[in-house]
Amino acid sequence: MNHRFLISLLLPLALCLPAALSAQSAQMEQGKRLFESQCGSCHGPLGNGGKGANLAQPQLRHATSDQALQSIIRRGIPGTEMPGSFLTPSQVSSIAAYVRTLGRVEPEQIPGDAGRGAQTYASLNCQTCHALGGQGGIIGPVLDDIGARRSAAYLREALVEPEASVPRGFLQLRVVTKDGRAFTGIRVNEDGFSVQFRALTGRLHSFWKDELETLDKEWQRSPMESYEAELTPGQTDDLVSYLVSLKGDT
Amino acid sequence: MKALLLLLVIAAPVTAQVPYERILDAASEPGSWLTYSGSYGAQRYSTLDQIDRDNVDQLQPAWIYQTRSTQKFEVSPLVVDGVMYITEPPSDATALDLRTGRPLWRYRRSLPQGIVTCCGQVNRGVALLDDQVFLGTVDAHLVALDARTGLVRWDVEVAEHTEGYAITVAPLALDGKIIVGIAGGEYGIRGFLDAYDPATGERLWRFWTVPGPGEPGHDTWSGDSWQRGGAPTWVTGAYDAELDLLYWGTGNPGPDFIGEVREGDNLYSESVIALDPDTGELKWYFQFLPHDIHDYDSTQIPVLLDADFEGVPRKLLLFPNRNAFYYVLDRVTGEFLVGKQFARQNWALGLDENGRPIENPETIPDLDGALVYPDDDGAANWYSPTFSPQTNLIYQNVRETGATYYLADATYEPGKIYMGASRRRISGEDPRGFLRALNPLTGDLVWEIQVHSPPWAGLMATAGGLVFSGTTEGDFFAADARTGEVLWRFQTGGGIYANPITYLSEGHQYVAIAAGSALINFALPR
Ligand code: HEC
Ligand code: HEC
Repeated sequence: MNHRFLISLLLPLALCLPAALSAQSAQMEQGKRLFESQCGSCHGPLGNGGKGANLAQPQLRHATSDQALQSIIRRGIPGTEMPGSFLTPSQVSSIAAYVRTLGRVEPEQIPGDAGRGAQTYASLNCQTCHALGGQGGIIGPVLDDIGARRSAAYLREALVEPEASVPRGFLQLRVVTKDGRAFTGIRVNEDGFSVQFRALTGRLHSFWKDELETLDKEWQRSPMESYEAELTPGQTDDLVSYLVSLKGDT
Repeated sequence: MKALLLLLVIAAPVTAQVPYERILDAASEPGSWLTYSGSYGAQRYSTLDQIDRDNVDQLQPAWIYQTRSTQKFEVSPLVVDGVMYITEPPSDATALDLRTGRPLWRYRRSLPQGIVTCCGQVNRGVALLDDQVFLGTVDAHLVALDARTGLVRWDVEVAEHTEGYAITVAPLALDGKIIVGIAGGEYGIRGFLDAYDPATGERLWRFWTVPGPGEPGHDTWSGDSWQRGGAPTWVTGAYDAELDLLYWGTGNPGPDFIGEVREGDNLYSESVIALDPDTGELKWYFQFLPHDIHDYDSTQIPVLLDADFEGVPRKLLLFPNRNAFYYVLDRVTGEFLVGKQFARQNWALGLDENGRPIENPETIPDLDGALVYPDDDGAANWYSPTFSPQTNLIYQNVRETGATYYLADATYEPGKIYMGASRRRISGEDPRGFLRALNPLTGDLVWEIQVHSPPWAGLMATAGGLVFSGTTEGDFFAADARTGEVLWRFQTGGGIYANPITYLSEGHQYVAIAAGSALINFALPR
């Protein structure tokens, strides 16, 4: 083997590789930096989820292609809490490239048994407030795809400390009418002159604001109570595992 | 003889004209609405008083015109001689029969691909002069239409739309010229204000709102940043015929959120400019916000008022600015008289004695995010304030919401967003909106009405003792102009992003507002 030949073959490669690599790693560095400052608050600094979806998985539900991923970063996902951003094309592609690297980690192991969790879910009457597959209550959010939208850590917190993070669209109101009736409910809609809310009984109320004595907005309050005392750690694991399995594909 | 008479009758409307003198004297015919803000003084006040505090609760829709567009419907209609002239998004114009609401003609513009506008392909209305209707288009053309038929008389390119230029503003018709501004402050354009010959479409002058080499103010831009300096002119200004001065607000410098690449005061962005309408020569300017980095365009409607100020009669210019300060200037000289905060803000620690803001460094967008009040939609925006001589109050719809700004880089490419930050809204609170009545000479709050979301509706005051306003949730309402008591409201079913007008049809007063995709005309029952 002619070493000289090998060297001359490798030399140009060796010369340009570090340049390409450093350009690539600069892009990755920028993507990481932008991700941590602008996405980390919801998706977690490592991207494995929080209030926002777990992005550290090989397949993403909405971001099925690179193009879809970039479009989500730019425009958000309408009708969800995933916001859009004004970013330059190069920033969008750095973030997207970084998000794709997140998928190369080992999938998160969630302790607990989803099957037992389903039984716990039924026995604790979660369905009085939550709907699943079109069945159940309407006080809380629909849980059909909760496992795709939220991370395991977030879901655990939702059970133990529901008021720690109240999803958009669930604002608890405390209302006293001029004729002395008092209500607590979840806001359905509001404008300058009227408000509609669902009382915990499920009943819908609609008032003109001038019919009300007080209208208090309780931002970080929830009618869902903490299940910390009711659940053993094992049951909590099971329930979280069950919620994580709800990906909206049934 | 009979035939001749018939001919005369038919011929008569041909000369149904809106000469300049008629617009100048708009106050003498309150039944018409001849120019964007109702009059050159831009008070958007009407002396019509058939609809008043006592009967306004009977107001009901009389007719509705529906546009087919799903874009925001921001039009402020014009009304003259039994016809209403409106624009429909993106860049169409329609004449409606005032009696029945039926279209008389439609001008439908076919637009090229790849139009860029930051905030919707919208249009705020036409101008009328003599027998022509003037329309600006999102592909940055100015078009003159025959007022009787909607046929194109001429169509000129104002700027190159592929570079991010667009027209959304209603032009302003003056004596022998059509003034038109430009949008594109998020695309690194170089702003200007233009005048065109109504007969030919020939450009009479252009005032660059970002001065070029050798021009005064050029040194307020570092390097070649002036070439992408922004300072657009996308909201219709005001005119004082006696002083023969044209007043116009200018928008943000570009890139919106990155100051380092354009060191200096960045004249004449974020200013009100006073021009000689015959030559486009700058007579004076007042810069509200030197070196803006929060995208607070000062593109509001300047309101002209003659009043005693500290015991001396003065010609004033009132300017509730998107930056959350209310300004009073002397409109002869541009002298700063008053600057008073009228909405929640944290970007300025205050104004100095010359009206120059003392900026709060904590609100400079950075990589970790800076919380800024108001957000870049501002405390006010393009929608109209109104002044009522009856109550001697100025009214302003006020937006109170902040956002977190993360610095991002901005690379200039023609026709591409050139802003330099991304915005996150604040969760865990409802943004707030108000209709506020202010003392016009001090900016002091007199009363307020809280609405739900920050509004995008303009205001109009009438001699019936009323102020009309709308909400983003679709309520159109009338309040007692003295007290702020809401006397009437109507849920239109569509968000209101428009200014109200009022007019007479067959001797009866109507109030019109665009809401959702409908233009609703309200009247008292007959
Ligand atoms: C205010 C919280 C929030 C912020 C900030 C946020 N996201 Fe999201 N994101 C969400 C939520 C919630 C979802 C799930 C939406 C759903 O499906 O209901 C989501 C979904 C996504 C998805 C789709 C996941 C899938 O399964 O396909 C991607 C990709 C994503 N976000 C990326 C980002 C990036 C990149 C950023 C930063 C530029 C970001 N997000 C910032 C809340 C956020
Ligand atoms: C009294 C009604 C009620 C009951 C019972 C209830 N919830 Fe909730 N739940 C809510 C409401 C309202 C919210 C939204 C506000 C919040 O986050 O606390 C919510 C939120 C949640 C969330 C977070 C959803 C999201 O998108 O962030 C999860 C997960 C959840 N509940 C699971 C459960 C489970 C599991 C049970 C049974 C163990 C249960 N809930 C019982 C009313 C209830």
